[in-house]
Amino acid sequence: MDEIKDRLLKPSKATHEDQRGKFISYLSIGLIAVLVISILVFITIHGLAMFTQNGMKISDFLFKTDWNPGKKLIGALPMIVTSFGVTLLSALIATPFAIAVALFMTEFAPKRGAKFLQVIIELLVGIPSVIYGLIGLAIVVPAVRTIYGGTGFGILAGAIVLFVMVLPTITSLTVDSLKAVPRHYRQASLALGATRWQTIYKVILRAATPGILTAVVFGMARAFGEALAVQMVIGNAAMLPQNLTSPSATLTSQLTMGIGNTIMGTLPNNALWSLALLLLIMSLVFNLVVKLIARKGRIK
Amino acid sequence: MQPIITTKNVKLSYGSFEALHDINLDFEKNKITALIGPSGCGKSTYLRCLNRMNDLIDGVTITGSFKLNDLDMYDEKTDVVELRRKVGMVFQQPIPFPLSIRENVAYGLKLNGHVAKEFIDQRVEESLRQAALWDEVKDRLNDSALSLSGGQQQRISIARVLAVRPEVILMDEPTSALDPISSAQIEDTLLALKKDYTIIIVTHNMQQATRLSDKTAFFNLGNLIEFDTTEKLFMNPSKKETDDYVNGKFG
Repeated sequence: MDEIKDRLLKPSKATHEDQRGKFISYLSIGLIAVLVISILVFITIHGLAMFTQNGMKISDFLFKTDWNPGKKLIGALPMIVTSFGVTLLSALIATPFAIAVALFMTEFAPKRGAKFLQVIIELLVGIPSVIYGLIGLAIVVPAVRTIYGGTGFGILAGAIVLFVMVLPTITSLTVDSLKAVPRHYRQASLALGATRWQTIYKVILRAATPGILTAVVFGMARAFGEALAVQMVIGNAAMLPQNLTSPSATLTSQLTMGIGNTIMGTLPNNALWSLALLLLIMSLVFNLVVKLIARKGRIK
Repeated sequence: MQPIITTKNVKLSYGSFEALHDINLDFEKNKITALIGPSGCGKSTYLRCLNRMNDLIDGVTITGSFKLNDLDMYDEKTDVVELRRKVGMVFQQPIPFPLSIRENVAYGLKLNGHVAKEFIDQRVEESLRQAALWDEVKDRLNDSALSLSGGQQQRISIARVLAVRPEVILMDEPTSALDPISSAQIEDTLLALKKDYTIIIVTHNMQQATRLSDKTAFFNLGNLIEFDTTEKLFMNPSKKETDDYVNGKFG
């Protein structure tokens, strides 16, 4: 009897395994949390150094248009405008295509067509961004130059390259949201004498709208953060864009261009950190928007 | 009396599997006809032939003759969309679209190209009254239909079909997902609708069939076993199989 009692009171092998597993997963979560928090704190401290140590004004940073940190000119507006310009324009071009492709994959040819397009989309995701940049440089920039004149570098070229890059993101998320529309809706709508097209635009797209908006915002977040490919076609002139084909610079391209040429702790370096902080804040905003859309979609 | 729907020698196969064997069945105007039988007997499949919903499934072959009055339903020239406007369907699950109550009921009307607001408002009210839902929702027509209870949602689905003014309404177990009180309300609604519409209802609930229907068809294993007045079929069936089923010996 004593032996059985002894055994029952001691933790079993399974209990030990359970505890070990729990310990490992909590440890991993803790490490990642520390990592994320350190990145946020690190960038915030460096990003604010320009305002705290070098005595620059935040309003100058956000609203002035002259960028030459070596001469204490830190107006980042050109980069902000260009970043939003390429992001919005590329999302604007990509969304109709993405919805059309997604509808084809879910409504019109869910079997063979979907498989074929799935492969293409995965391929598009897998291509390194430097390749997109190269193609942009070799084909898009000269094309823009021939059609619209100027150098060909600028927001339009950047947006066209980004369009191809965000297309797969928006498409595959749109496909997911279309697939999540209950099959019953289609039947009920058809049974009321709707054509397939009426069913799609009156019921299916309507029901999938929150999901599609989320897809677009994710695509925009990707476009906003893309550095390399954009840098190759944007022209890299920190000037307020005059039109869609004038050379300009985005937050990301300015960062990658400048970071190797500055010395840690100096104003030019700190100014780049401030650009990085702005990027970080924007990606947090994109995440927040996605969360808000998701919440609103649920209540409906 | 001339039946509103006449079907002859109906056969349906999924690939090489024949699910309906030579069904002959007619439906009279302004009557409720119930289709009963054990699961998998083909009654829902048959029902879905009557507004060509089976067209949506790959690999289905349907033969036989289907007539709505004088219209050949499966003729190449027949407009499926037009047919479905004449033969409406209510499904097992309530399926409100993620739109307002008003928009849900007006859905079919707008598909038909009706845009005049007075006409739509009037039709919406009429249909909701017929579906016995008007008093419950008249003050919140602009609320989402998803905010209604299951029974109300099913009556929205019925009102939505009524708004198009079909000649025949097909119902595939319309109350099986609902509680007894909501089911009773729907049954009352159907009895009241009988004077204007022809209703064909698939049901698993034999009491419901006796309460509602004028005639009943009993299906088993893809065959139509017996078709008669509901009273005769339940009280004095002529086939032993029917007798066994309605008395709960199988199914």
